[in-house]
Amino acid sequence: MKAPVSWIREYVDLPADVSTEALAAELTALGLKLEAIEKPGDAITGPLVVGRVLTMEAEPQKNGKTINWCTVDVGDANGTGEPQGIVCGAHNFRPGDLVVCVLPGAVLPGNFEIAARKTYGHVSAGMICSTRELGLGDDHDGILVLPADAGAPGDDAFDLLGLREEVIEFEINPDRAYALSLRGVAREAALAFDAPFHDPASRDVPAPNDVGYQVVIEDPAGCPVFAARTVSGFDPAAPTPDWLARRVTQAGMRPISLAVDITNYVMLELGQPIHGYDADRLTGPIRVRRATEGEHLTTLDGHDRVLSAEDLVVTDDTGPIGLGGVMGGATTEMSETTTHVLIEAAHWDPVSMFRTGKRHKLTSEAGKRNERGVDPTLPAYAADRVVELLTTYGGGTSEPGVTLVGEPPSRPMIRIASDLPARVTGMPIDAATAVANLEAVGCVVETDAAGQLTATPPPWRPDLTDPYDLVEEVARIVGYDQVPSILPTAASGRGLTREQRLRRRIGRALAGAGCVEVISFPFIGDAAFDALGLPADDLLRHTVRLANPLSSEEPSYTTTLLPGLFKAAARNLGRGATGVALFETGTVAFPADRGPAPIYGVDWRPSSAELAKLDAALPIQPLFLAVVLAGERERAGWWGQGREAGWSDAIGIVRRLGAELGIDVEVRSASRSPWHPGRCAQVLADGHEFGHAGELHPNVCKAFGLPARSAAVEIDLDVLMRHAVDVTPGPEFSTYPVAKEDVALVVDDATTVAEVEQALREGAGELLESLRLFDVYTGEQVGRGHKSLAFALRFRAPDRTLTEQETSAARDAAVALAAARTGAVQRV
Amino acid sequence: MSGPNTDYDPVEVTPLKSEEVEAARDAALAAIAGATDLEALKAVRIDHTGDRSPLALANREIGALPPQARKEAGQRIGQARGAVNQALAARQALLEREHEERMLVEETVDVTLPTDRVPAGARHPITTGSEMIADIFVAMGWEVAEGPVIEAEWLNFDALNLGPDHPARTMQDTFWTDPTENHVVLRTHTSPVQARTMLTREPPIYVVCPGRVFRTDEYDATHSPVFHQVEGLVVDEGITMAHLKGTLDHFASSMFGEGITTRFRPSYFPFTEPSAEVDLTCFVCRGAGRTDDGSSCRTCRGEGWIEWGGCGVVNPRVLTACGVDSERYSGFAFGMGIDRTLMFRHGIDDLRAFFEGDIRFTTAFGSDIS
Ligand SMILES: [Zn+2]
Repeated sequence: MKAPVSWIREYVDLPADVSTEALAAELTALGLKLEAIEKPGDAITGPLVVGRVLTMEAEPQKNGKTINWCTVDVGDANGTGEPQGIVCGAHNFRPGDLVVCVLPGAVLPGNFEIAARKTYGHVSAGMICSTRELGLGDDHDGILVLPADAGAPGDDAFDLLGLREEVIEFEINPDRAYALSLRGVAREAALAFDAPFHDPASRDVPAPNDVGYQVVIEDPAGCPVFAARTVSGFDPAAPTPDWLARRVTQAGMRPISLAVDITNYVMLELGQPIHGYDADRLTGPIRVRRATEGEHLTTLDGHDRVLSAEDLVVTDDTGPIGLGGVMGGATTEMSETTTHVLIEAAHWDPVSMFRTGKRHKLTSEAGKRNERGVDPTLPAYAADRVVELLTTYGGGTSEPGVTLVGEPPSRPMIRIASDLPARVTGMPIDAATAVANLEAVGCVVETDAAGQLTATPPPWRPDLTDPYDLVEEVARIVGYDQVPSILPTAASGRGLTREQRLRRRIGRALAGAGCVEVISFPFIGDAAFDALGLPADDLLRHTVRLANPLSSEEPSYTTTLLPGLFKAAARNLGRGATGVALFETGTVAFPADRGPAPIYGVDWRPSSAELAKLDAALPIQPLFLAVVLAGERERAGWWGQGREAGWSDAIGIVRRLGAELGIDVEVRSASRSPWHPGRCAQVLADGHEFGHAGELHPNVCKAFGLPARSAAVEIDLDVLMRHAVDVTPGPEFSTYPVAKEDVALVVDDATTVAEVEQALREGAGELLESLRLFDVYTGEQVGRGHKSLAFALRFRAPDRTLTEQETSAARDAAVALAAARTGAVQRV
Repeated sequence: MSGPNTDYDPVEVTPLKSEEVEAARDAALAAIAGATDLEALKAVRIDHTGDRSPLALANREIGALPPQARKEAGQRIGQARGAVNQALAARQALLEREHEERMLVEETVDVTLPTDRVPAGARHPITTGSEMIADIFVAMGWEVAEGPVIEAEWLNFDALNLGPDHPARTMQDTFWTDPTENHVVLRTHTSPVQARTMLTREPPIYVVCPGRVFRTDEYDATHSPVFHQVEGLVVDEGITMAHLKGTLDHFASSMFGEGITTRFRPSYFPFTEPSAEVDLTCFVCRGAGRTDDGSSCRTCRGEGWIEWGGCGVVNPRVLTACGVDSERYSGFAFGMGIDRTLMFRHGIDDLRAFFEGDIRFTTAFGSDIS
């Protein structure tokens, strides 16, 4: 809402020395938030004066243009009283016209300094201004010609053009619809400065009678009040007075024609949306009803609209002629030939307005006010004000008929304990202050013997319905700056939850492993699934789709964090990184496909069973962790070669996380997109799969612009965390000497290290302290299709030094079991 | 260099003569003094104290002497051998020390060589920032509540006093899942977590809810369709706006330092009544509105305050919908953007820096925020 300060001051007797900044600050403190203060003349320094064109000689130029060499009477403004010689390129004026002249020494918007300068063979001492040059509009068709009575040559043009006018733009919250009018803003200003308020709606209006245009309300819930007045003999060519056009412009609307400008002006003044009809195009009585489903209406924006049974329509005998309170129809629109005007000022049900606006995607200044709630007592006053302006500036005559149908809805009586404001705000607000402040915002307050208050809010405050609404009114007048600052003493909490602590630990472990965390948008589409090489029936392609995605390319909530990470990795490499290790933890979603979530009432708590239905309807939303390793994992340097990331780094990270959480991660070979089919591991905790890790498929690297052999991990953190050890048992270890034995076992290629390891462990028995693979050999000595695995075994007993016999017996048992299970043959 | 006394024939010596013993001792001492490295000293040790050395041989002769001569000879030889051993030990220690010092000099490296063999990792500032915020509240005895990001419409809107026709629903452009008749949305705020908390717990409730939220905003330097919020909720007996103010003042000074405080302005949120916007003392100019050189502060546009978030007293309608006895309990709630909070705490101009994944941005924050 843009409010010119002079307009505010028309309705409230503010002290003259209140600056615009101070006014804006006080109103902000009351809840009308300052957005900006506009001062159109701030970018101009004078002299800027009224001039009368005395002579103009057209002089054609070589470049094809014709300029006018003018002499202009600027009074004494130039210090000499002599006519000012000015070259002007525009042609839309003639001698005798009043214009706006800017003289040498002045500065126009854009820091444009004016000086006398030689041009087209003359010394041009200043400029005749257009609205654009003055920063007043975009009209560059010609210079600004003032009305004949605008002033005398030499008069200062700042006030004349409203250039000293300051406009405050407020952000109005949805509950303060009354402040979408000068009436409302001025009322708040009166409250802020305790200054007298003059209600622009307070006027004598003629009593309703039977000779007015016939209006029938068939849906009083949708349209409780409808006022209609008519003006005949209106001159459609009459111009909008400058002051009125300027105020409409300052308030952010565009002047169009006198009749439209007046309806807008009154809406800005009072907050009551007005609709004007060409009365001669109306057929029969006006009726307000709900539309029938499928009915058509062409609104005045030219759109043919199919109406819903919930839409409120204004009709005449021809059918719908307007979408009530939202937008008029094309057939009865006022035009440049309209001389007979019917004024509609009606009160509409806000919910219907909101739904109709949303359904037809219509936003308008009228709709904005109607859907937030307008003072229902206004229609008769607003219509009368429009009639006054139409007859004053458009030469029309007010016809004697005065139509006023319906009753404003009754106002609530709100019971509120007089100490509630103090109890809610913590401010020392006594009963007298509460009553005074409620009365200040227009409530009628009664106090009963027990000190209970009953407040009836004023008609312009439909937002006040609950005791707590009244508390806010009392509190904002006392001032939010008076709220004391007291730290509450919380009940003792139990600290972070297990999962919250584990997530922090996982993040720190990954950062410690050299991985950098990223956050990507969780939206995905088929292109990414295709790039991952997922089969058509892959579960990851079964997504939660969005009805209104940001991009039709990515219409779903994601089921995998990998594409986002791959893109971030490629971006980093593209920006010159030689290697990246990135990770992300984030929610992914899988459809539950269990039907809609119920919508419950809000007057009581839904039962636990009902709440369970809400959760059941939600997608399954596990927390995933993904890692990508691309390019250099270790840098080359003076220490030697660098090392590229590979499949083992990816699996290593999973193992590292497992170690961090006390989980013995089982690794099995697997085949799954987007991984390399021979270099992909399934990872399990206590036999439960929680994800995959390994080298990416070459096609995936190519599709995402990643270097060959990039590796990745994606795991379900919820599953992993479920298996985390909560209390680590204190380890026991022996301090007796260790006995070391190395064995080399030849197995066929298909046998995994894990299998051999498992057999060795079991075979070696309790004396085995640790076992570690330290070499893998393939080559002639072991034969084709075979490999030699070299393990270092360490034996130790808790209570004694092992004898050589004990150690070799354990080793032999280990080798024997490996041989039995995997066909391993010991190399000697 | 002194070598072993090769022209010495021990057989011909009469080792027990005192001159001979002294000569052998002196020869040994001279050889020890002349050994310039540990290698040479080792040879000297063998020649002059080994089994075949003159003093060792003389020592062996002692037994053959008549008893009365034994004592004297034994004393003489013992003294000589003692002097030689002492000199050897001293020389050994000296040479070892010299050797060690030389080795250390030779092993000198250029310690300014780079050491970044494995690049450093980092956690995202939004993660660590959220944790920092959570910790401020956990330290006061609050708990951290969480909920699903894809949420039931009833919990995201209705339960929070945002009915189907509430104009505020148009203030937040919502991502709806398909079909919209399923009434499931990407949560537009973390407030449904507050509703869930009230629905599942008995007061007293002191929780803070950081999390990811979604709005269909254009993606630019100050807006993102995906961003992060932290909300707080207290429901207890006798809770007032003063407790809200106290909590936010404490939050502000914990997050931004002593002297940073908050200011309330009346506002509107369906969830709360009365409602307020929270402004924060500008962290850059510390409320002055001007920087040290006198120019207007860019961060707060000269106002000395920055818009931080919204707050208010929990609307009793919300308490009722969530099954809390609004006669007995009252509460307050607040919410602010984590991304935005971090932007002005760290002087980040463009919100998109958080979501681009450039490691140069993230690694600057390390594994915990400061
Ligand atoms: Zn500042």
